[in-house]
Amino acid sequence: MTDSPAGSSLDTKAAAYAALLRKRYGAETRFRLYGILATATALFFLGAMLISIIVIGHSAFRQTFMKLDIFFDPQVISANGKTDLNTLRTADYSALVKSSLRELFPAVKDRREQRQLFGLISRGAEDSLREQVMANPGLIGSKSEVWLMASDDMDLFIKGDITRDMPEAERQLSNLQMDWAGQIAARDDAELRFNTAFLTTGDSREPETAGIWGAVTGSFYTLVVTMVLSFPIGIMAALYLQEFAPKNTITELIEVNINNLAAVPSIVFGLLGLAVFLNFLQMPRSAPLVGGIVLALMTLPTIIIAARAAILAIPPSIREAALAVGASPMQTALHHVIPLAAPGMMTGAILGMARALGETAPLLMIGMVAFIADVPEGIFDPATVLPVQIYLWADSPERAFVAKMAAGIMVLLTFLIVMNLIAVLLRRRFEQKW
Amino acid sequence: MLLVVSSLLAIATTVGIVLSLLFESLRFFEKVPVTEFLFGLEWHPQTAMRSDQVGSSGSFGAVPLFTGTALISLISLLTAGPIGLFGAIYLAEYSSKTVRDVVKPLLEILAGVPTVIYGFFAALIVAPMLRDAGGFMGIGISSESALAAGLVMGVMIIPIVSSLSDDVITSVPKALREASYSMGATQSETITKVVLPAALPGIVSAMLLAASRAIGETMIVVMAAGLAANLTANPFAAVTTITVQIVGLLTGDQEFDSPKTLAAFALGLVLFFVTLVLNITALRVVKKYREKYD
Repeated sequence: MTDSPAGSSLDTKAAAYAALLRKRYGAETRFRLYGILATATALFFLGAMLISIIVIGHSAFRQTFMKLDIFFDPQVISANGKTDLNTLRTADYSALVKSSLRELFPAVKDRREQRQLFGLISRGAEDSLREQVMANPGLIGSKSEVWLMASDDMDLFIKGDITRDMPEAERQLSNLQMDWAGQIAARDDAELRFNTAFLTTGDSREPETAGIWGAVTGSFYTLVVTMVLSFPIGIMAALYLQEFAPKNTITELIEVNINNLAAVPSIVFGLLGLAVFLNFLQMPRSAPLVGGIVLALMTLPTIIIAARAAILAIPPSIREAALAVGASPMQTALHHVIPLAAPGMMTGAILGMARALGETAPLLMIGMVAFIADVPEGIFDPATVLPVQIYLWADSPERAFVAKMAAGIMVLLTFLIVMNLIAVLLRRRFEQKW
Repeated sequence: MLLVVSSLLAIATTVGIVLSLLFESLRFFEKVPVTEFLFGLEWHPQTAMRSDQVGSSGSFGAVPLFTGTALISLISLLTAGPIGLFGAIYLAEYSSKTVRDVVKPLLEILAGVPTVIYGFFAALIVAPMLRDAGGFMGIGISSESALAAGLVMGVMIIPIVSSLSDDVITSVPKALREASYSMGATQSETITKVVLPAALPGIVSAMLLAASRAIGETMIVVMAAGLAANLTANPFAAVTTITVQIVGLLTGDQEFDSPKTLAAFALGLVLFFVTLVLNITALRVVKKYREKYD
């Protein structure tokens, strides 16, 4: 009868328990680590996405310009000596650019080589010369230094995106073009300037002259239509459901319906738009009008849900007070409930608009995906919108469009950030505790 | 009266969607039998393979599209599920209030980013990176691989999983946790054995809603996935999805009566139906299995 066996069994038990405890604590630490890891991964993706957009996109805000001595040859601009607007508009300004380039590199005689040489300057250059001459016809006959837009390939070279290490077949500039571009750069006749064209023009086939302004206006008109339709309808629907509707099967059906509609894939709304508005009602294709209607139907559930929450937050005492002094239910709703719920409704509406601004898929269905170079002037003009423009540039084979696309994303994100900030500020400013 | 009309507009929209999809789909099924559409293995809407074939402008077996959609959605759920769930657990149970107040809005940003930006990220950053990594390791990864589209789509649905899971986890009453602690359970044991089972219906419903979102997502797959309808379960290969095909069929020149354009509506009907079933099931799961705590 010794207690050594019992003691030893106690010891082994204690050791086993200690081991078990260590294991359990180990599991605890690991579990916690998984949580941190998961959160960090999600944040990493967010960061990687934003950083890659900025890294790729920032270069599109700067554009290479080349200094050329342009002789505004009267023979080329108006052979008959007339300087009326039509002559000036239709003159061949590319000839001026070409002769200037020929002068710059007199050794280049071969036609094919000359064509390569002309590839260094943008086709937008002639438009710029045209504008200058039309604004000031006195230039004709004079010779002056003009800074003209370089082509996208030249632009990539100056930005260092094309280097000699790449095999000639894989880069956009030939060896000859690289030599010329190098000479121009060495003379300081090429420089990077802020690319105002990107922010002020419409789309273009040439990457260097493609701008975002057409898409911004298109988005603006589309959102105006969306706002005008979905905001009043959404508020009226919310007001009815929250303040007046009897509790019966129909209102319940409407509620279930609204919640389900909020989860329908956006592309289905595009199919609806195509079948009903374009084919059945024969509305114009590619117009902000139809895009706006489709987006309004899509954002309506979001706005109704937000507006209902805002109305629900108003205490019954307000309504009872209004009713007690003799206001009708409608007067109570219009004079008291709506004004008090307005900030909440506005916040919901702005967030709905922000979602509509970023929406792409339904607009592809109704033809807002066409190439449109002109800036739209109304809701019936063919237009495209910001996210669709980004998608269109993504589809273009030319490499310079990649930077344009990232820059377009930066513009889109700026608008979204501003809209969300306004929503947050509205909420902060008018938030009331009852 | 005006108020009633505006609230009925929601119903009208649903009716409009269902009717327009049904109507065009029926016209499609007049030309191509339903069984061929639902069970056919060949999807070639553009090319006329044989002149005597049904529909005469190609074959419309949508199975490769269904499997492609399922593959990409599965990859995205495998990405977003663990990240979203563990992220929600960490933020709800472990993190300090300051961390939570900073990280939660940051995660919400992921939900507000337009999908075309995810498409850019998938097509121009992730896909080439995966292709190069695959080339380095000797695996052939297509530059339009299901993996790239699925991964990025997973990132997009992280906030859906995390914020819904976070809601249900925080709504599990404190008394349950404290009972578990008093029995000597560690925090992780409490979470896995008490909190998660209690929150399970909510988490399942979050996953269903995420799946519905992944299936209906368009821009990421349009930009990063392929157009060729391959019947494969290989995540490194290029597959196509229902939404990619709808966009492909309806952009560009179109005659409205050809089976090619009508097929898009049949696909839209399938998409609408599947997402509707997922959404309704998600709501049902929560309603039916929710524990009532008083």
